Formats: sequence, structure tokens, C-alpha cells
Amino acid sequence: MYETTYHRAGSVEEAVKLMGEADGGKFVAGGQTLIPTMKQRLAAPDSLIDLRHIADLKGISVDGANVRIGAGTTHYDVANSADLKAVCPGLCSLASHIGDPQVRHMGTIGGSISNNDPAADYPSAMLALGATIHTSKRDIAADDFFTGMFETALDEDEIVTAVSFTAPDACAYSKFPNPASRYAMAGVFVAKGGNGVRVGVTGAGNDGVYRWSDAEAALSSDFSAGALDGLSVDAGDMMEDLHGTADYRANLVKVMAKRAVASAG
Amino acid sequence: MSKVELTVNGRAVSAEVEDRTLLSQFLRETLNMTGTHVGCDTSQCGACVVHVDGKAVKSCTMLAAQASGSEVTTIEGLAAGGALHPVQAAFKEHHGLQCGFCTPGMIMSAVDMINRYGGKLDEKTVRAELEGNICRCTGYHNIVKSILAAAEEMSGAAKVAAE
Repeated sequence: MYETTYHRAGSVEEAVKLMGEADGGKFVAGGQTLIPTMKQRLAAPDSLIDLRHIADLKGISVDGANVRIGAGTTHYDVANSADLKAVCPGLCSLASHIGDPQVRHMGTIGGSISNNDPAADYPSAMLALGATIHTSKRDIAADDFFTGMFETALDEDEIVTAVSFTAPDACAYSKFPNPASRYAMAGVFVAKGGNGVRVGVTGAGNDGVYRWSDAEAALSSDFSAGALDGLSVDAGDMMEDLHGTADYRANLVKVMAKRAVASAG
Repeated sequence: MSKVELTVNGRAVSAEVEDRTLLSQFLRETLNMTGTHVGCDTSQCGACVVHVDGKAVKSCTMLAAQASGSEVTTIEGLAAGGALHPVQAAFKEHHGLQCGFCTPGMIMSAVDMINRYGGKLDEKTVRAELEGNICRCTGYHNIVKSILAAAEEMSGAAKVAAE
């Protein structure tokens, strides 16, 4: 790891101020992606501004169907929230399958969506749930937040503070994890609720997370796995790498979508 | 440079280190506590697992500065007064190790999982919970057996204490 200067922020305002004073700084939340990336010298921020000790960023509140999750909430806490499980079990299940137990103890929902790794799990859920991403500057609809691989609408000095959404009537996530890394080779989050049916796909698309509109249309008239039988995914839109061809991923997206619908019921 | 202050296995420690110092490095090189192992250094193998404020984390994936102010428990902190911790005893009894390199992390993860699940662990859960710990010798069979035996003993002991 190259040299860096560590700063611990006590509040969101302080973190923004520290970023303003830094020359090429990075916010670090759980650090489960950033620290390994820095160790490989693929990232070399001159300053690290630690958000993990900001109490305001933590916690889950569920009020009826209104859910708000602080950006600093760990995957472990999302996975094990009884309140959240009661209204949106699909999101708890998603969080319980990110990385491994040690990563889930550190990694946060805010960090995951801010990094927008094309194989991260949370972004698909944010799209499918029609979530609002709250930041230190504004509120952004998930549809406008994820703008491409590792790209988001965030400014350099903008911090995700929370996500909120209305719990759907039914939802589920199904992923095919890479056998070695456990990152999604295709992960599909399906949600059925007041917004109709929304389908978020991660791990597969060649421009990062996306909504599968054909599936949404088919499932809106018939919410069953069979409704997807006649659809196909264009391999031209899929990622291709040593882990799988575009054709393979195109098939996986459909299989994962069907499994998600079947388990959402 | 950062001043890092930790409570490690109940003992207050502090040292001035480079900001980029990993917690695993701090434990091994600054405190000379080499029980915590570094296997892959890429956050995958779990040999470096320690508990930070009661939660199992990979100490190679956290800066010492990030942990400053926390309570850290390492493999050296488990045995009480010369008696092995029940998980350590179970690994010995059930041959849960061969070369022993992954063992500190395996045991720290096992203690964390037993704390979280109590006596409700089964083989499938143990195997899923070991996702972040890699062993190259044993094929995991005896590791799983050791953890299940320790979980049973620890929950039995808890029941006796409660009665």
C-alpha cells in the first residue's frame, strides 16, 4: 500500500470538510473493497476519511412499510434485522450472502452502492425496490444513481447517508455466485409492489447494474416464473470474462430471475 | 503517523505507526503477537481473523488506525490461566488442524460463530459460516467436527451455569 493519511470523521459535515481539504482523498466506510484495492496499489488516495464512527449513519428504521437504512449499517446488521425481515425479507437474504461473515461485519450498504461494483449485490435491490438514495447534498432516485460500472451520480465530496424505500408486497433475490470469489455472476432482485413489478440485474450487464424491462412487463401481467419462459436476454448486452461467456451470463440472468420470482411467491 | 490505542486481550497498548499500517501488521510487528497469521493478504483466507469490539473481522483488511479505540481479541487471548479455550481443546481433540497455519483464524471465526448461534449450530451452518476461512490441509471435515463439538460443550456448560 502506498502512503496515505488517515482521518476519522465524527460527523458527515466534518467528513465533507476533510474531503475538501484533501488532495485526492477517498471516503472509507467498511473498507472491504477499498483497503484490498489499496493493498494492490490499484488505488492510492492521499487521504482516507473514515466514516465508520459516525453514529448518525447507522441503523434501520421501519415504520409500517416505510424503510430507511443508514448508509453505515453493516451487511450483518441488515441481514439480521427482525424489523426489516418482517417487511422485506428479500433484502435481508441478499445481505446475508454478501462476501463472508467477516466482510459482513465491516462492509456497509452505503459503501457498496457508492462503489457500484458491477457484480455487487445491493445495487440490483436498490433499483428493484425503487429506492431513494439520500446523500449529504440531495435525494437521488436509484434509477438516476447508478450510471455505469463503478460509476454513480455522486460528486467527489458527496456522501451517501441513507437509503429509503417502501417495502414491496413480495420480493426476492437470487444469485449465481462465482465459485471462487462469491461475487455475483448474475444476480436478480425482483420486487412486486405499489411501483408494479421491478427487476434489477447485477453481475451480468456490460454496463453495470440495470433493470430488465421485458421481464418487468411480463411479470406485471403474470407474476410467475413461467411468465419469463418466452423471454430471452441479449448476449450483446452481457459482460464476458474468464468466468463466463456473454451467452452463459444471458442464460443465467433468466434462470436467476425465474428462481427469484419462484421464491418471492 | 497515527497514534493507535487499543485494548488487546484486556491489555491497553498504544503505539505511533504509519497510517497505512494494517491491524494484522500492528499486532504482529508492533506488538510482536504472531499468533495472528497472514496467509493470503488479499482478504480471502481468514488466517488473520481477530475480534474487534466482539465481531470477527479480517485484520489484514483494516488499518490499525481504523481500529483505534477498540477492544481486540486475538488467538493469544482465548486460553484462560493456562487452560485451553473449549474451541482450542476441541480442535486438539478432533484433529481440527494439520499444519496449523489457518488455525488461529479458524478458531477465532469458530468462537464468533458459536457466540452468535449459541447451541443452534448444525453442520450446514458451520460450513456456510466458514466461507471466509480457507484450509489447505484438512478438507474441513475435522474442523467442522471440532466446532460442532465445542458448540455443544459450550452450550451445555451455559445450561449448567444457568441451572
